[in-house]
Amino acid sequence: MALLEVRGLNVSFDTPEGVVHAVNGIDFDLEPGQTLGIVGESGSGKTQTALAIMGLLAENGQAAGSVNFRGQELLGMSAQELSRVRGSKISMIFQDPVSSLNPYMSVGDQLVEVLTHHRNLKRREARERAVEMLRLVRINDPQQRMRQYPHELSGGMCQRIMIAMGLLCQPDLLIADEPTTALDVTVQSQINSLMAELGEKSSTAILLITHDLGVVAGLCDKVLVMYAGEIMESADVHRLFADPRHPYTEGLLRSVPRLDQDQMMNLNTIPGNPPNLLEIPEGCTFSSRCKYAWERCAEKPALELVDDDEEAGRRYKRCHLEELPE
Amino acid sequence: MKKARVLDVKDLSVHFRVDTGSMFRHDYHTIRAVDRVSLRVHSGETLGIVGESGCGKSTLARAILGLIRPTGGKVLWLGEDLTRLDAESLRKKRRELQLIFQDPSGSLDPRMTAGQIIAEPLRIFHPSMARVQIRERVQGMMKLVGLLTDQINRYPHEFSGGQCQRIGIARALVLNPRLVVCDEPVSALDVSIQAQIVNLLRDLQKKLQLSLIFIAHDLSIVRHVSDRVLVMYMGRVMEVADRNSIYHRPAHPYTQALIESVPIPDPVRERARQQRMLTSEMPSPINPPSGCVFRTRCPYAIDACAVSEPKLEKDEHGNRVACIRAGEWRQEAEKAAADAEDGPAAETDPQEPGGS
Repeated sequence: MALLEVRGLNVSFDTPEGVVHAVNGIDFDLEPGQTLGIVGESGSGKTQTALAIMGLLAENGQAAGSVNFRGQELLGMSAQELSRVRGSKISMIFQDPVSSLNPYMSVGDQLVEVLTHHRNLKRREARERAVEMLRLVRINDPQQRMRQYPHELSGGMCQRIMIAMGLLCQPDLLIADEPTTALDVTVQSQINSLMAELGEKSSTAILLITHDLGVVAGLCDKVLVMYAGEIMESADVHRLFADPRHPYTEGLLRSVPRLDQDQMMNLNTIPGNPPNLLEIPEGCTFSSRCKYAWERCAEKPALELVDDDEEAGRRYKRCHLEELPE
Repeated sequence: MKKARVLDVKDLSVHFRVDTGSMFRHDYHTIRAVDRVSLRVHSGETLGIVGESGCGKSTLARAILGLIRPTGGKVLWLGEDLTRLDAESLRKKRRELQLIFQDPSGSLDPRMTAGQIIAEPLRIFHPSMARVQIRERVQGMMKLVGLLTDQINRYPHEFSGGQCQRIGIARALVLNPRLVVCDEPVSALDVSIQAQIVNLLRDLQKKLQLSLIFIAHDLSIVRHVSDRVLVMYMGRVMEVADRNSIYHRPAHPYTQALIESVPIPDPVRERARQQRMLTSEMPSPINPPSGCVFRTRCPYAIDACAVSEPKLEKDEHGNRVACIRAGEWRQEAEKAAADAEDGPAAETDPQEPGGS
């Protein structure tokens, strides 16, 4: 059985302008030790998916469907039960590391608090574990860092501490929402290789949310491509990059400027803008921006199984086209 | 083909005085945000400037445009030194030199319509221009940057991020400038929108014979749009070279490190890629390292690097590089790579002891 089974997840928000449908019926499984990437543009619903799993939606948000974690239904769980799962079995790291840490507490106290709260450890044991964990995420001089406050540390250092905190209780699932977006490129690559190493060494499954296809290429086993709150394509990472089957995936891959490209060519673009989530268009949500759109696209395509390979697993896409034109 | 030089920046420095003292005692330090930077831009050319946050790239842009008074050096625009102009003559010169900002919606006045925003420079510089003429020119600009002319009376919040950036571009181009400085113009946008704006800038450059200075932290975008690339670190120029040399023959270890830290969107190549990561993080600009500022993070640093600051010199491929080991470090790197293939080398700790 999968570690995490998400079925028919819907997230909507009541706003003065009307109901915003941020996530519209998504299904996916995450196996133990696996790294799953969710990619898409801003507003595609990737962050709201993660927040719904964690039970951290904003007050005007509602989640429907099912989120099954190790046989336990998370949606509709009481706040008390949820907080027992969060932090110990599932943890999350956010985009902005500096503001995710408590500015009034030393780094050490924040790390120790996690263990005394979730694991009932004595302070002393907890300190030892925390120092050990800081070493694991390659923080030098951890004793000294434990005494410091977040403002004394750089963004990259704070993100390492967030990762250490996320892993303290050896969770089964780590959700990372754009963990390197706010960091400089050189620091980004340090954090990414740290995540890759953790993904390989530990049995923790990682749900990685990002817009950076380069990061996905380096870290993930499987990828979900989201658009307007729906899954457009899901596949093994190698298959997805080598042979995208959905026009949106293809468009995303081609619009990234590549450092190893010698010719100064015009980038391929996806024309237009993502749809307004207050009035999601009928039919295929991507059709207004799709260069291959035809009559059938007025009818909503279903997410269909297109490939079931023993090695690469199942592959789904939501498109009427059998194959993308050359 | 030799093109006319439009901008010639010579030894430009911007120093800030900061007080790190307590409530009772001042403790002044000088931060050299930009330190003796020289660069040239030719007519119709794009110069890319790349570096990590805090390297001084935005300060450099503002000093070139006269938005910050430089501490020293010259900014020669068509032969005239902008740093010696008084405020009024400098303001008049701005017609020819324009700026596009990073945050597309934050740099537009929320209480002005798109049409008013684009028309504002015209009203300021050509106060006698007729309303009809202004309207015509604004509509022309909107078409040029890919906006619909019936959106002229809409407010910034009614536009998406990409469209706001188009308005910002139209505003910058409405006076027919010759040089446009783009400060991280696409880093706040989604990839698909990013590509639209990058293509737009390049088309406009060809159509209008613009010179561009394109500032970004993302080397792949900078390489994509630029003819030449300048790499900055802690206010100093590390390397300047044309777009192909900078990628195929980086002459400075920092350029090499930047190239290595960009992830490649291809799982096979990304996973096979060799990474020599930069050790630790950028040192404090209040107390920069002696000699070469990059030496504390440089895998090839030797004792001599601490002695004097390296000058920018031309190497055999025409890259201009500030590194005393420019000719040697690559051989050392190749040897290390060959050794690593022969047998498992001892794993090095990527964090340098004592660094923070």
